[in-house]
This record gives sequence, C-alpha cells and structure tokens, in this order.
Amino acid sequence: MDKLLTYSPILIIAIPLAVAFLIPLISRAGGKARNALVIASLAFVEFLVIILARDIYLNGIHIYTLGAIAPDLALPGGVMVPIRIILEVDAMSIFMGIIWATVSLTAAIYSLSHMARETGQTRFYTLSLLMVAGCFGMIFTGDLFNLFVFLEITSISGAALIAFRTRFADAVEGGFKYIVISAVAGLMFLFGVGLLYAQYNSLNIGFLASVMQYSMLDKIALTLFLMSLTIKTGMVPLHMWYPDSYSVAPANITAMLVITSHACMYAVFRVCFSLYGITLGVAALGWIVVIIGLLTMFVGVTMAVFQTDVMRFMSYHAISQMGYMWLGVGVGLAVLGNPEALATYGRDAIGGGIFHILNHAMYKPLLFLTAGALYHRTATRDLNKMGGLGHNMKFTLILYIIGTLSIAGIPPLNGFASKFLIYESVYQFNPVLAVVAMLVSIITLASFTKAFQSAFTGPQLPEYKDVKEVPKPMLIGMGILAAGIIFTSIFPGLVLEHIVYPATDALINQAAYVNGIMGGIP
Amino acid sequence: MMEHVPLNFPFLAAALLVGISFYILIFKRNLIKLIMGIGMLASGVNLFLVALGYRAGGNAPIYTDVPEGPMVLPVPQALTLTSIVINVAVLALMLTMVILIYRHTGNIDSKKSRILKG
Repeated sequence: MDKLLTYSPILIIAIPLAVAFLIPLISRAGGKARNALVIASLAFVEFLVIILARDIYLNGIHIYTLGAIAPDLALPGGVMVPIRIILEVDAMSIFMGIIWATVSLTAAIYSLSHMARETGQTRFYTLSLLMVAGCFGMIFTGDLFNLFVFLEITSISGAALIAFRTRFADAVEGGFKYIVISAVAGLMFLFGVGLLYAQYNSLNIGFLASVMQYSMLDKIALTLFLMSLTIKTGMVPLHMWYPDSYSVAPANITAMLVITSHACMYAVFRVCFSLYGITLGVAALGWIVVIIGLLTMFVGVTMAVFQTDVMRFMSYHAISQMGYMWLGVGVGLAVLGNPEALATYGRDAIGGGIFHILNHAMYKPLLFLTAGALYHRTATRDLNKMGGLGHNMKFTLILYIIGTLSIAGIPPLNGFASKFLIYESVYQFNPVLAVVAMLVSIITLASFTKAFQSAFTGPQLPEYKDVKEVPKPMLIGMGILAAGIIFTSIFPGLVLEHIVYPATDALINQAAYVNGIMGGIP
Repeated sequence: MMEHVPLNFPFLAAALLVGISFYILIFKRNLIKLIMGIGMLASGVNLFLVALGYRAGGNAPIYTDVPEGPMVLPVPQALTLTSIVINVAVLALMLTMVILIYRHTGNIDSKKSRILKG
C-alpha cells in the first residue's frame, strides 16, 4: 500500500497511457472486454487519486522524481539544481486531479451508450485515454517543458476527438479550429519556456521560483504564458473558437474538454502564484485578470442568450462561468502583495474562484451530457426543433433542472455557495465588480429558462412521440455528477474546509511549493 | 568559425520567422498556407531553443572524440527534438483535417468553407 502511494503520481499518468495503447489489442476480444478495461482502469485511477489526496491532506506536498534512486529524492548527491523531471503534487494539483478523475470516469460510463452507434470505437477509447493521461500530466507536473508536452498531448487527442464524427462537416471544422489554436498557443508557451531557460538554466517551476529576478525577459515570458494559456481557456478577446469546437464534439468529449480548459486555467494559476508569486506584488496584473474576467462573463452570457443550438448555447455559458473564476482569483492576485487585504478578503476571493471551478466542473459536464442525451434521442441540436421532450425523458428533465438551478446560482444549490463567496469578497475589493457578477447570474437564469422551455415543456410533438428515456449507462453517468452537486449543496462548508481552502493555501503559499523541490537548501 | 558570426544572429532569425508566421496566421485565408505558417512558427521556436544551447567556449555534448574543456548541457537539444516530434504530429493531424474539410465543402478558403458562425 505504501509502495502504491509512493508511486501513485506516476501511476495515475502511466496507467491511462498504457491502457490507451492496450485497447486496440484487447478489443480483438470483443467490445465488452474493451469497455470493461476502460472503465476498470479509470476506476483504478480514481482510487489512486483518492488515496493520494488523503495523503496530501495529511502530510503535505508529494513529489515523484522520474529516474531517481528514491522517488522523493529531488536533489541527489548535493546537486543544487534539480536536473530530473519532477512531478510535484500539492493540494491544488490534487484538487484538479479529483475533478478530472471523476469527470473522465463519468464521461467514459456515459459514452458506453452514447457512442454505441458509432464506428471506430476502439480508436475513440484510445484517444480518450490519451487525453486522460495528458491532462493528468498537465495537472501533476512540476516542470515547465513537461507541462508543454502534456498540453500538446491533450490538444492533439482533443482535436481528434472533436472531429471524431468526420461525417459531419461542422465537426471537422471545429476540430481544425481547435488544433490550430492549440498549436499556436503551445508554441507560444514553448517560447516562454525558452526565455526562462535562457536565464536560469532550469525548467523546474520550484527552482525557477526560488531564483526569479522578474527582469524584462521574465515579464515577456509571463506575457507569453498568459496569452497562450488564456487562449486555451477561452477568455473573451480570444474565445471565438471555443463554442465552434465544443459544440460539435460528442457530448461526453465536450464534458471532458471543459475540464481540460480548467487544467489550462490551473496552469495559469500555477504560473502566476507558484512561479512568479510574490514578485508580482503589483496590483496591475490582478486588475488585468479581473477586467478580462468581467468581459468574459458578460460577453459569454450575452452571446448565449440568442443561440438556438443547444450545445453552442451551453458552450457560451461555459465561457461566461469561467469569468467568475478569473474574477475571484484576479482579486486575490491583485492583493497578493498586501497581507492585510489578503487575509480579510483576498483568500476568500481565491477560495470562491476555486470553489467555483469545482462546482462548474460538476454542473457544466452534467448540462453538456443532458444536451447529449437530447441529441441522442432527437438527432438534432436545434432548440427550435425540439419540444415536449419532458413527457418521455423524465430523468433527463430532472437532471437538467438540477444543472440549471446550480449554474444560475439559486440557493441552496452549490452554484450559489461559490458565487456568494465571490460576490461577498469581491464587493470589499470593488463594489462595481460584484454588481456586474450578479447581473450576469440573472441573465444566465433567464436564458436557461428559455432553453428549458423550448426543449422540455409544451405539447408532445408528433415526431418525438416514441422518444424513450436514454439508456441506463448515460443516466448513471449524469447521476454521478448530479449526486456530486447535491452533496456539495448540502455540505458546502465541509467541501470548502477540506478541499477548497487547502487548495487556496497551496496557491498562496509559494514558499511551500518551492520547499517541496528545494527541500533543505536555504 | 563561430567568432565571425554575430552571436545574436540566430535569435534575430528566430524572431523574424515568428514574425512572418504571425503575419501568415492573421492575414492568409488559405488553410494550407495557414498550416505552413504554423510550421514556420514551430521552426522559429525550435531555432530559438537550439540557439540557446550554444555557450561560448563549450563543446557539443557528443562523447566520441571530444576535445578538452567543458561540455554544454544538452537540455535545449532534447527539448528541440521533442518539440519537432510533437509538431510533426500536429501538422499531420491538421493536414488530415484540411483534406476532410475539402471533401465536405469543396474549398480550402477559410471564408468560403466556414459553416460555424455566431
């Protein structure tokens, strides 16, 4: 058990990677064997993530050095610079890890039925597991170049999965846009990594943080990192590809892609807090993030109002909800150099933003999956062509309502808990910001009510008279997420205290992250 | 010999490549040209990484028949190799998608082959 715990960071990445390439072999024994392998491996990964999380909450940062004699030996034999690739898992990484493990398992269960009619399922599961491995790598790595490699693995498999239904022209177009954007963003990131390597001769985030001078080149590198990673998360001036790509992918893939966006957001936080950290003790960067966050939430929601394609509609809402996280964390970033403000409201603002990531990672995949359920039964994504589906798809209806109430921030659901935390703390920073955030929340509710009304209510349409409820695996997949939402709604305090605030403190406490690598060296 | 080449020359070349590729990415509408632009961007970044590997007075990190003196750390070369491999995969995937786009719409002009709007 101890061995398993020691090696768990690398196993969590290696198992999906190995299984991905085993799948073509195993699927010769039949589709059932392949599906069982996919679910079993993802369930085992989930188990590993949970035991790793328990250890991190009890004993602090967990590192794994690739190729060293002992996995926790970051600096062998008195070397002052970490030369090996090191995976560094702290409370923030494992927070994202829990989310990603759960959502990928859910999406895999859902895809058992949703993808059953498609051809080339073997390749589908291979690519999905590659994406699982890539995103875990992005979350766990403590090395900038390694981050770039995993970012590209995630992007390549993601683009292939978006364009998976190649018989549709729009799917291919969405996939192409995604890969172009990802390639440009990835190369910009690599350029930034090169700039840092040129000055400090290292790629390790913890080591770079300890020697960071914040020179002109560092500022250019920071700009490149922020631009590349925010393109990938769909921040507003660069959000055009986001609905195009996310609306054409199979719903289970969109649910996973939402979390890969969060992983890029996690990388932004890692760069801002752990890599640059206290050297950013100026409010300017925080304000930039806050203003872009406000733009993101407002433009996203106003574009969503007049969409008729149900997946597109939800993609714009995903952009809009990201704005809340940028807002919360941006406020925290703006007061990072001011310990007093940080203690009064900055920590709560960051905590609110991170809590919102958790909530968004449950209700947005749930909503995308219900949209996929509608598509599964009606073969259209056009809301105007749907109607009266609530008569026959009662469980989908209930799950959709749970998701809607949560995204609109209706008390007592979990969306309310995190949004309220953001409003409250942001209000102390600047009241105007909180007012805009509330306005966006109201428009969100209005537009979701409209979509609800046009898809589920009204008389039964003749062409959908024989529509049945979606198959059980799809309901189980959606049910897991809904159960998560309800649990978080009932015990928000418990989740905040045990998962969210440890992650927040891991971000704020740069010294702990540096010590995780540099250990005894002062 | 290296002394005759100004030390900043590779960096200027890398910057030029990146600049040209951004011009292509923004202004060209032909999807194949767009992919060429990304290829150039990749070359620019790779050139930058390789140029970082040069240290005045250092030896290339090849262990056969090595002259006296310090050796440079071969990290940038390793990075460049990895980056090249990744870019091959990305370019191949993009070209595949352009073939599919051409089959669906009969066009590779991004203005004319575009379906998703709004």
